[in-house]
Amino acid sequence: MKIHEYQAKQTLAKFGVAIPRGEVASSPEEARAIAERLGGTVVVKAQIHAGGRGKAGGVKLARDPEEAERIAGELLGKKLVTIQTGPEGRVVKRVLIEEGLEVARELYLGLVIDRASARPVFMASSEGGVEIEVVAAEHPERILKEFIDPAFGLEPFQARKLAFGLGLDAKQVNEAVRFFSSLYRALIATDASLVEINPFVVTRDGRLLALDAKMNFDDNALYRHPEIRELRDLDEEDPLEVKASNYSLNYIRLDGNVGCMVNGAGLAMATMDIIQYAGGRPANFLDVGGGASEEQVRHGFEIILSDAHVRAVLINIFGGIMRCDIVASGVVGAVRSLGTQIPVVVRLKGTNVELGQRILRESGLNFTVAHDMKDAAEKVVALAQELNH
Amino acid sequence: MSILVDDNTRLLVQGITGREGAFHTQQAVAYGTKVVAGVTPGKGGATVDGVPVFNTVQEAVRQTGANASVIFVPPAFAADAILEAADAGLPLVVCITEGIPTLDMARVMRYLAGGRTRLIGPNCPGIISPGKCKIGIMPGAIHLPGHVGVVSRSGTLTYEAVGQLTALGIGQSTCIGIGGDPIIGTTFVDVLRLFNEDADTHGIVLIGEIGGTAEEEAAAFIRANVRKPVVGFIAGRTAPPGRRMGHAGAIISGGKGTAADKIAALQAVGIAVAESPARIGETMQKSLKGKV
Repeated sequence: MKIHEYQAKQTLAKFGVAIPRGEVASSPEEARAIAERLGGTVVVKAQIHAGGRGKAGGVKLARDPEEAERIAGELLGKKLVTIQTGPEGRVVKRVLIEEGLEVARELYLGLVIDRASARPVFMASSEGGVEIEVVAAEHPERILKEFIDPAFGLEPFQARKLAFGLGLDAKQVNEAVRFFSSLYRALIATDASLVEINPFVVTRDGRLLALDAKMNFDDNALYRHPEIRELRDLDEEDPLEVKASNYSLNYIRLDGNVGCMVNGAGLAMATMDIIQYAGGRPANFLDVGGGASEEQVRHGFEIILSDAHVRAVLINIFGGIMRCDIVASGVVGAVRSLGTQIPVVVRLKGTNVELGQRILRESGLNFTVAHDMKDAAEKVVALAQELNH
Repeated sequence: MSILVDDNTRLLVQGITGREGAFHTQQAVAYGTKVVAGVTPGKGGATVDGVPVFNTVQEAVRQTGANASVIFVPPAFAADAILEAADAGLPLVVCITEGIPTLDMARVMRYLAGGRTRLIGPNCPGIISPGKCKIGIMPGAIHLPGHVGVVSRSGTLTYEAVGQLTALGIGQSTCIGIGGDPIIGTTFVDVLRLFNEDADTHGIVLIGEIGGTAEEEAAAFIRANVRKPVVGFIAGRTAPPGRRMGHAGAIISGGKGTAADKIAALQAVGIAVAESPARIGETMQKSLKGKV
């Protein structure tokens, strides 16, 4: 789960992480009022769940409250297109108004879970304010790493290695150690999957602050973090994906025209792949999972068809726990209730396959039966292309 | 032969009285797996399909000599269930549960380090040595005893591959689902090592997907150690970056973990990679005949 910069800063501040003074505004008037309270030069920062805001004009200095109000008025309610949002961009609903700072150094801090070692890893680099992947690719030696033993946490000596490695003054190192420890505590306490401070700044007067903050959370842990769940911004998510998640369906919208519904994430990805292999373009990823009910299957099918680009649908089920008759009943129910004319190719295998196929046959509806994945992909791609004349 | 599970496996089911646990216990018994005990705290003394239920894993092991466990416990409690099984000294624990928080698994792996317990999973379908022992949720009937080892991060995609192999008369020595999560107990390399040392495994199918570097590590291990034919398939060529594709571990992050990179890594060490998921069986058939 993703959150906005202002939410990440508020969350981290609770753990003692130093952040710039600032408040979030939803209107130009609010922006002006906040700028007045802060005094001096402020920064107006568009709040969307994507990076690259600065380069896209989403982060601007304002010398006085009037300018802050004007800039906020230009950003709020408009689409911001950054290198990470895709061409469709995101509508900016809030801006963060922050005190301007005199920055002496821009550094990078990142905390993620390293899969191979099964440990959190604390990364730090003197190359702040730039894309860390570029640094990793071109100058990996400039990224310091400390792997953290989950039984011990971030040891002070590890934080000191990072701080001295960043070239911080001896005077600043103790404060940096506290800063890094707070970030680690925040990661653990909130079950974050990523805590990234880019840039982590040293101001001219020697203070250490998180000038930007990004936090992602482990979806699997949200059940135990109601305070994090509250931070979710549905406006930043695809409405069909939100609807699917309400039915506990794993759905991701893509940009093709061949819809697919599959049981199992690996098989679902492989089904998208074979659609492309057969010359088509998948419209979505949808994993109905092992224990899906007839109702969930019906909802899944309806969600796929809610995407106007979809010209044909492939249902690929290898039933282990998932029963083919449940899938068949769900799909028949959906086609009947929607009255859809869109061609549906069904490939069923495994538990109760004969019963499932009989339900499809006896429905009287126009299902194309396929026997293996190759046959299924070729048929559905051909059907999708037929309607494109 | 087979690896890790066979006729000597005596299985304990953690979460046996839950819906999943009860259903799969019945399926395992029907397949011929020796299910000797179940554990659900508070339900000690009950039986499920003739299998005695205990309150703790320790007691179950003491009373029945169980030497492996399968976990069907909800995500909030599953990490603890793994630790309980390890504490009781079980050499093999298979965790089916999907949805365990990643940090819980980091703590589990720390606990298991240096111990005698091998964990398979979590978020996996389990392990089967066809004709001998089935631990998990895979449909037994699609498998055929034989000499190809299958190791996969997926569930139903594994069944697809197994179905293709069986249809070609190519049987399987052992099929292991290592799971779809970012932190798992047994890696591709761990399984490849075992398959490599198993005289009855003559070929290996490796099914990977986007996210992480496990396939790249497998490729390096294979180049250094494995002379048996290996066939690969990597799911997710069409996956968009930055999105979690169902499995918690199936995510392309910062440009890393793409299917293209993994396919290239496998091909670079001479592994035949099936272009289409419908051709996994056929590719292994060719490999075994020395034609790929």
